[in-house]
Amino acid sequence: MTVPVSWYLLLAAALFAIGVIGALTRRSGIAIFLSIELMLNAANLTLAAYSRLLGDRAGQMVVFFALAVAAAEAAVGLALFINIFRLRRTIDVNRLNLMRW
Amino acid sequence: MRPLDLLWLIPALPFAGAAVNGLLLRNRHKPLVTAIGVGAPGLSLVLALAALWDYVANLRPQPFEQFLYAWTTGSLAIDVAFRVDPLSAVMLFVVTFVGFWIHVYSVGYMGHDPGYRRFFAYMNLFMGAMLLLVLGNNLLVMFVGWEGVGLCSYLLIGYYFEEAFPPFAGKKAFVVNRIGDFAFLLGIFTLFSEYGTLHFGQLTERILADPGAAQRPFLLGLSLAGFTALCFFIGATGKSAQIPLFVWLPDAMAGPTPVSALIHAATMVTAGVYMVVRTNVLYQMAPEISTLVAVIGAATAIVAATIGLAQNDIKKVLAYSTVSQLGYMFLAAGVGAYVAAIFHLATHAFFKACLFLGSGSVIHAMGGEQDMRKMGGLKKQLPATYRTFWISTLAIAGIPPLAGFFSKDEILAGTFAHPGALYRVLWVVGLLTAGLTACYMFRAVYLTFEGKFRGSHEQAHHLHESPRVMTVPLVVLATGAVVAGWIGIPKGVWETFGAHDRNLLHHFLSPVVAEVHGAGAEHGMSHLVEWLLMAASVAIALAGIGIARSQWKRRGLEADAAFAARTPVVQRLLENKYWVDEIYDRLVVRPLAALARGCWKIVDTLIIDGGLHVGAFVTELTGDLGRFTTTGNVRQYALYFLGGVVLLFWWMVL
Repeated sequence: MTVPVSWYLLLAAALFAIGVIGALTRRSGIAIFLSIELMLNAANLTLAAYSRLLGDRAGQMVVFFALAVAAAEAAVGLALFINIFRLRRTIDVNRLNLMRW
Repeated sequence: MRPLDLLWLIPALPFAGAAVNGLLLRNRHKPLVTAIGVGAPGLSLVLALAALWDYVANLRPQPFEQFLYAWTTGSLAIDVAFRVDPLSAVMLFVVTFVGFWIHVYSVGYMGHDPGYRRFFAYMNLFMGAMLLLVLGNNLLVMFVGWEGVGLCSYLLIGYYFEEAFPPFAGKKAFVVNRIGDFAFLLGIFTLFSEYGTLHFGQLTERILADPGAAQRPFLLGLSLAGFTALCFFIGATGKSAQIPLFVWLPDAMAGPTPVSALIHAATMVTAGVYMVVRTNVLYQMAPEISTLVAVIGAATAIVAATIGLAQNDIKKVLAYSTVSQLGYMFLAAGVGAYVAAIFHLATHAFFKACLFLGSGSVIHAMGGEQDMRKMGGLKKQLPATYRTFWISTLAIAGIPPLAGFFSKDEILAGTFAHPGALYRVLWVVGLLTAGLTACYMFRAVYLTFEGKFRGSHEQAHHLHESPRVMTVPLVVLATGAVVAGWIGIPKGVWETFGAHDRNLLHHFLSPVVAEVHGAGAEHGMSHLVEWLLMAASVAIALAGIGIARSQWKRRGLEADAAFAARTPVVQRLLENKYWVDEIYDRLVVRPLAALARGCWKIVDTLIIDGGLHVGAFVTELTGDLGRFTTTGNVRQYALYFLGGVVLLFWWMVL
């Protein structure tokens, strides 16, 4: 028996919602970062599911691209947070409120 | 190559001198500054003499024109070109000759001044602009020179800019001149729109070709000729310090004395006379404006002469004297005696420059003191200054055979000969002014050079004759004050002695006066009348000198005190210069200042600034409201982002 596409989509939606809530509620920069990754992968899952449903490999190719970009982005993001931590001794985003008037 | 081909160099050299002295050299290059500052006008003088010799010998009376380049083309075609005709020839000689000697004098007079280089740069700039004014062959080039000399006048009046008064006086001169310049420009525009040219020769030709067109009603109830003549005359009253715009000239004495001699006596202030004579065709076509010119001239002459009687500053006396003599020149121009006007301009340039330089020599010796009440008895210490000053005073008083006599007599004769009762009145005014002139000038001589010294001990100790570099120009100009009149010995004198008419100046200048039918005809006068007129003017001059001698020679200041005691009202009136400055202040300056303040407070501060402030306030308010959204909290931004995405999704998908 095959798993219906709707399950994949529901899972992806759940993951995405968790990501959104996490990104909005967590105070740690790393946690926000993880939440964003979660949303990204929810999107990837959707793509893969539809690719399977429609029998089109292009969707899976996009997923690979997205994964590669996400990896690069993760590296940059982590580097940023390490530097912020070195400067400010914290990565609590509530206390990193420099970007304001 | 003939000397006239180098004409363009005559104004160019002083301009170059001004540029080098003003821009390239530094204060420490003093000998070089002197060489250039005096050398440039000197070379100009040499070139001018050569050019004039060439012109008089070969071309006279045809005008010589030198085209330099076309300034504009098309329908507004104006050339930068120079013109030598008898009129500009006389001016060229006067300006370069007197100008050069005043520059020489300045080497001594300004020798210890820290602004030596700046002074010579300005003076050379002035010479260039004045020569441009004189040599220009059309009204626009003349106007450029006209404005140039105005600028230099402003710069040089305010030369001592560290003090409070000179910059104010410079500003006053500039602003008052501006009023006249505006009218002058209007006249130029009118002529150009009506005749399509500003070239002196063509303009005269075109106006003469159709006198009816020039005399048709134009504006303000005046004919075309009358309107432009009035405009030009208003311009002249500004530059040449006539009623009602004469108030700037006495204050202009705040500048260094050589400046007063060059700009405010010999050359620039006579530019108005030159301009009126230059455009004499208009004045001949507009008799009513000519009458106005004559009346204003005579009124200025006598008003200034009376003020001159009560001044204690030696330079102020000379300043009012200049205003008065300029009045004579306009009287001459007004009665159609254009040659006499230029004649008086030339002789006046010599004796008044000499008088000013003489006063400068006195001021130099007195350590900067200008008040005659602190002088007295200076003839022993300053013999050369005394003699030249005395000769020039005789010349301005109108004692034959010195220069002033011939030119003043020609003006009075011309006024007397003009038909109409009004002109007899003007003649009487002119005659009275001659007496007053003799009186106030000799008062100045007696107060300065006779009697006992009234200054401080230090000053008495410091008294000395000026160096040669200052006395030589005095002697040269005094010589001019003696002989300059001989070129215009009137026809009647020659003929009485059975000689050929040798009124050289008259023959030389007569081609300049346009021949308008029914105007400016030669007024025949019998030789007897001519001699009587001369006798009258000599008699009144002698009377003026006699009065001055009896009052001031021995008694000095007591005479002033006695005069004040006898007629306190007149004394106060004269001492305060008829309160003209105060009246102008109330009638013109303050209302204008109030208007300006109104513009500032209401139009600028309230309306313009207010409008801007409202705009800025609205912007700030929106900004203030908007900035509460940017808290710097990243998660909040993320929330906005989410909201945006949801909205977009809702809008695009649903």
